Amino acid sequence: MRPLTLRRLLLQCSMLAVILFVVVVIALKFGAVPVSLYALGRDLLRVVFGQSSQISSDYGLIVVNIRLPRILLGVTVGASLSVAGTSFQALLRNPLADPYVLGVSMGASLGAILALILEPHLTISPLFAALLTPLGAFLGAAATITAVYFLGRREGQLDSATLLLGGVIISSFLSAIIMFLMNTLSGNLRGLSFWLMGDLSTPLQKSAYWFLGIGFLLATGAIYTTAADLNMLLAGEKEAMHLGVDVPRVRLVVYIAASVLTGLAVSVSGAIGYVGLIVPHAMRFIFGSDHRTLLPTAALGGAIALVFADTLARTVVAPTEVSVGAVTAVVGAPLFIYLLRRRLP
Amino acid sequence: MSSGSALARKPAESARLASEVRLSVEQVSYAYSANPAQAPLFTVEATSFQARRGEIVAILGPNASGKSTLLKLISGALAPLSGRILLNGFVIHTLTPRTRAQRIAVVQQESTLLFPARAWEFVLQGRHAHGHSLRFESQEDVVIAKNALAQVGAAELSDRWMDQISGGEKQRVILARALAQQPLLLLLDEPTLHLDIAAQIGLLDALRRLAAENRYTVVVVTHELNLAAEYADQVVLMQRGRCLRVGPPANIYQRELLEQVFQTPLSVEFGSSGRPRVTVLPGT
Repeated sequence: MRPLTLRRLLLQCSMLAVILFVVVVIALKFGAVPVSLYALGRDLLRVVFGQSSQISSDYGLIVVNIRLPRILLGVTVGASLSVAGTSFQALLRNPLADPYVLGVSMGASLGAILALILEPHLTISPLFAALLTPLGAFLGAAATITAVYFLGRREGQLDSATLLLGGVIISSFLSAIIMFLMNTLSGNLRGLSFWLMGDLSTPLQKSAYWFLGIGFLLATGAIYTTAADLNMLLAGEKEAMHLGVDVPRVRLVVYIAASVLTGLAVSVSGAIGYVGLIVPHAMRFIFGSDHRTLLPTAALGGAIALVFADTLARTVVAPTEVSVGAVTAVVGAPLFIYLLRRRLP
Repeated sequence: MSSGSALARKPAESARLASEVRLSVEQVSYAYSANPAQAPLFTVEATSFQARRGEIVAILGPNASGKSTLLKLISGALAPLSGRILLNGFVIHTLTPRTRAQRIAVVQQESTLLFPARAWEFVLQGRHAHGHSLRFESQEDVVIAKNALAQVGAAELSDRWMDQISGGEKQRVILARALAQQPLLLLLDEPTLHLDIAAQIGLLDALRRLAAENRYTVVVVTHELNLAAEYADQVVLMQRGRCLRVGPPANIYQRELLEQVFQTPLSVEFGSSGRPRVTVLPGT
């Protein structure tokens, strides 16, 4: 008997944090313009000590002003999607659940687009205007997961196959609406491929990074308070209830927080697929299925996976690049098929 | 109590527990309907019985007689339409899930796990309701879980995966998890359903021993007439949502009554132990 201890949890997380650091350094180094490790270290130290004004070389500017923000975005988006996927898998009792497969990402995309269309017609302060897109994405995500949940219920029980099919159908319906909107509306909305595939290349305002980071920590923290409850839920809602889990409360907290995570991620990066599916499985394989370990390791693993995928997206066809969503789909879809054949009865 | 201080209850509580009746089902009824405007599809009519500590109660009846619904009412998963169910004087369905899980453990028909878990992880889940918010298990929890596994003779299964052990072994681990909850009341829904005869006897022997040692009140739903006759102190006989009789097996096991309830010819004999034995007579 080896029950989980805080010590072991911290050890596992620091191991992944080291890997994340290495991947971030690699991501900073590689790109269309190569940068030496020495220059990289020097410029990063200057940023850390608040002397970014001293960074003069063009290379340094590329690293600090272009690559670093993009990598931080990848860290947050990857972690958000992965935690959301882990939560959906436990709550829906479905190993194939993930924000993208369930159509939740598409719902968030549509919500964000509708918010962007509405924004010019509203007279609100600039601060609220900036919050409108993530809010729209959150509402889109929450509405979609609610719809999928009810579609997936048969005779009062969640049915794995029906749930997934419901997600796939809703996803294709929503992407049709997105295409329709994109084709009929002109203006400065970001393009189709951004919302349908996802990429991390769009720069954000500085405040958006804070907003994203704090939102991620709050939502992930909220889900983590239910980590032990999610372990019981793996055996079903009734059984969890008999073991002392307040099932309706856990369901509400986790659905809302996972929708917040998906909404935040999609509002800044579009619908990136499969990170929320594959990473939790990989972490479960390595660290086991206890959510007290799984949630933080999935967050770190998601960050590692997405930063890595984005580095590939930037470099494989340099000097141009592909959508990171294309990279995750190329890797994720075959793995999804593998899991589908292994898991579903 | 075999397992030392970890399982001991507070003195004040033990004094209260010494009072006779632990579970009291009072005129409880329930109606299930898919649509509130329509007549109910299924009802349980006013049912009453009482159970003391250390006592095994079997709820007996054919399919669709309301056995499992009655068990759900006792577990607090359903709220009764009328009447009330008391456990040590508390109305069960108004307790929070956490408090309920500290007092009532439910062993359901075999559940499937979404992701693999080891037996000890599974048994430690029984400590969930006793933990604090972030719930890292304490050394005491580990001791209780180990004891629970030992009490059902499953100590050697501790490190095995739940999906790689036999049905009978799994049933014992599930029972161990219920014991780890340190409940006052242990509810079992057809625990012998998928077990071979040796495993059935093994499980029920363990239950009788545990009820006697730890003073659990045990309520078992079953349609195994002979196992109920052999192990139960009291039988609640149900038919089509009605509670027909409550009492010790010797009083309930009457040929005409059982033939009418189970719709099959049978004979009842009384063995040397004084417990009845039922033989079904097919084709007569």
